[in-house]
Amino acid sequence: MADYRQMWTDLGMDLEHHDVLCEVLPEAFGGVYLTQQDRPKGMDFYDFVVSEIHGVRPAEMLQHQEEGGKVFGTFCVYVPDEVVFAAGGIAAGLCGGSQFWVSGGEKVLPANTCSLIKASIGARLDKTCPFFLIPDIYVGENTCDGKKKAWEILAGEVPLHIIDVPQMKRDRDVAAFEAEIRDFIKVVERVTDKKITVESLGEAIKLINNKRRALQRVYNARKASPVPISGKDALLVTQINFYDDPARAAQMANNLADELEQRINNAIGVFPDKTLRIMISGTPMAIPNWKLHHIVESLGAAVVVEESCTGTRYFENLVDESATTLDEQIRALAERYMKTNCACFTPNAARIDDIIRLTDEYQVDGIIDINLQFCNLYSTESYLIKQVMKEHNIPIMHIETDYSEQDFEQLRTRVEAFLEMLRK
Amino acid sequence: MIVIGIDIGSVAAKAYIISNGSHHRAMIPTGWSPREAGQALIDQLLDKSGLERERVERIYVTGYGRVAFEQADKTVTEIKCHARGIAELYPEVRTIIDIGGQDSKVIRIEELGQVVDFAMNDKCAAGTGRFLQVMATALGLDVSELGDAENPGQMQTISSMCTVFAESEIIGSLARGNSKGGIIAGLHQSVGKRVAAMARRMGIKEQVAFTGGVAINPGVKRALEEEIRTRIIVPEACQYTGALGAALLALENP
Repeated sequence: MADYRQMWTDLGMDLEHHDVLCEVLPEAFGGVYLTQQDRPKGMDFYDFVVSEIHGVRPAEMLQHQEEGGKVFGTFCVYVPDEVVFAAGGIAAGLCGGSQFWVSGGEKVLPANTCSLIKASIGARLDKTCPFFLIPDIYVGENTCDGKKKAWEILAGEVPLHIIDVPQMKRDRDVAAFEAEIRDFIKVVERVTDKKITVESLGEAIKLINNKRRALQRVYNARKASPVPISGKDALLVTQINFYDDPARAAQMANNLADELEQRINNAIGVFPDKTLRIMISGTPMAIPNWKLHHIVESLGAAVVVEESCTGTRYFENLVDESATTLDEQIRALAERYMKTNCACFTPNAARIDDIIRLTDEYQVDGIIDINLQFCNLYSTESYLIKQVMKEHNIPIMHIETDYSEQDFEQLRTRVEAFLEMLRK
Repeated sequence: MIVIGIDIGSVAAKAYIISNGSHHRAMIPTGWSPREAGQALIDQLLDKSGLERERVERIYVTGYGRVAFEQADKTVTEIKCHARGIAELYPEVRTIIDIGGQDSKVIRIEELGQVVDFAMNDKCAAGTGRFLQVMATALGLDVSELGDAENPGQMQTISSMCTVFAESEIIGSLARGNSKGGIIAGLHQSVGKRVAAMARRMGIKEQVAFTGGVAINPGVKRALEEEIRTRIIVPEACQYTGALGAALLALENP
């Protein structure tokens, strides 16, 4: 990695503590990623981003701020990035995915809070992640009780705007979310001191849609058999897209998709023929959480799709680009975001329909439904999913875990037994 | 054909040798090295059966120590091995409850030990042998003494599922003058409730077998039977079903 110590010092980071993370990450990444065979060349870019993870993108964000731009830190796929980019801002997904930050979160949060929230709060309070220190403002939402209250704890640390995400999907809920977007536009205009216009919002909608289209191409390639890219690599692409520059993200994902489509034409895969094809559904896997993918793929099965926020929920739906007024654009945004099916909604049968559809589209042999420990929403919903999958004769296993490595062997046994069951 | 099946658990390592219809078995504490435990078992089995190592065609290994044991021709999960072992002993069984040192599992099988579903405890010691071991220590007993020491007539219900909290709860219960036998009955009930909940969630189909080291304890069997309201079969060699299954799979699947 290039030398970013001065930048980190200027950000007020705890360098000594941060060094520990900088030491372990390359080894973890090497063991999980670089040992894979026949990786697409298009993954070089993502490997580079990981090798400079706390350097290259933070430096761009700081440059943007120096030029008068603003940075918005976000934590959820319901936050409309389009609004931020329409005002010349940068939106960056911040979710923490490492056990390294969990103890920092535990200083202030109850033990029965999920790892993602603990790690996110810990990364900010311990000052060991530049991404958490750069933003001018955080954009939170009330998708779960854990996050809702965590924002109140962070309120003294950093300016925060909370988006009220509805919990049902009736017409009046879509209208309510439309009103939330209007409020968010005002906040973004105030922070950036720029007016959002039909033109700028239209361009931003295209910008973010293009990123989604590129990710859709990468995921479409995973429908092929043999699968041309590992689940771990595809997950990394999505994880990095959460905070990378959207135009570059689209370009890199399109380059990768070109290569994957070429591989499909030549029947080149990264796993042998007849490899078991696994879907992972459930809670998001923020970078560097690669635990379950690594277990599944080191046992010889391929993860071919993630029904999660770090998967299809992130990019499946596009915003209608034909709107010609701000009102229409806002309506189109609200409609698109409210199509996303998260367990925070009730009822949420559309998510189960998504899972059945994806099982078919991606020729899935079995589903591993996973949730972070203490995520009550996804954990409860897993019961309903299992019922429906049983009716459809789709094999499914539920796993509850966290960021620690303590249950690695136990998870391996469970996944291995599930694969044995599928192979029978 | 001569084959060996080894089950290296967190507490005990068990093994079977099958040679042209006859068989021998052996068990030792796993200790700190799963690899050495596996080797020691092979030596013991060869000694007992009077066979040579070279004549052993295949060795299948299961249990948490399976990955560390390099001599294996194949590793198989405990789930598949218990299913195969039980199918041999009791072909009518459709649900297996296995409670070992650090895991508890419920396995649903169909004919010939085909696994159709299974559940396993998440990262937590409640409802496992480890839970009973910690509690036995707090009561000044060896874990093997718990089964005969219970007194269900004076049952002291343990409210806490968490090993750490349950330990302080029984210390408090002792301080209030409650009998050890009653407290032990409460511990067994606690394990029974926990595992029965996992089994009910998956769906219990008769007949039901109970395996693993904890199945030796008649108190846990009694508690489980009360919870799921079904008679439970405990094989005579309940700790060996995984090793037996591994040996049978080695015999059948080259």
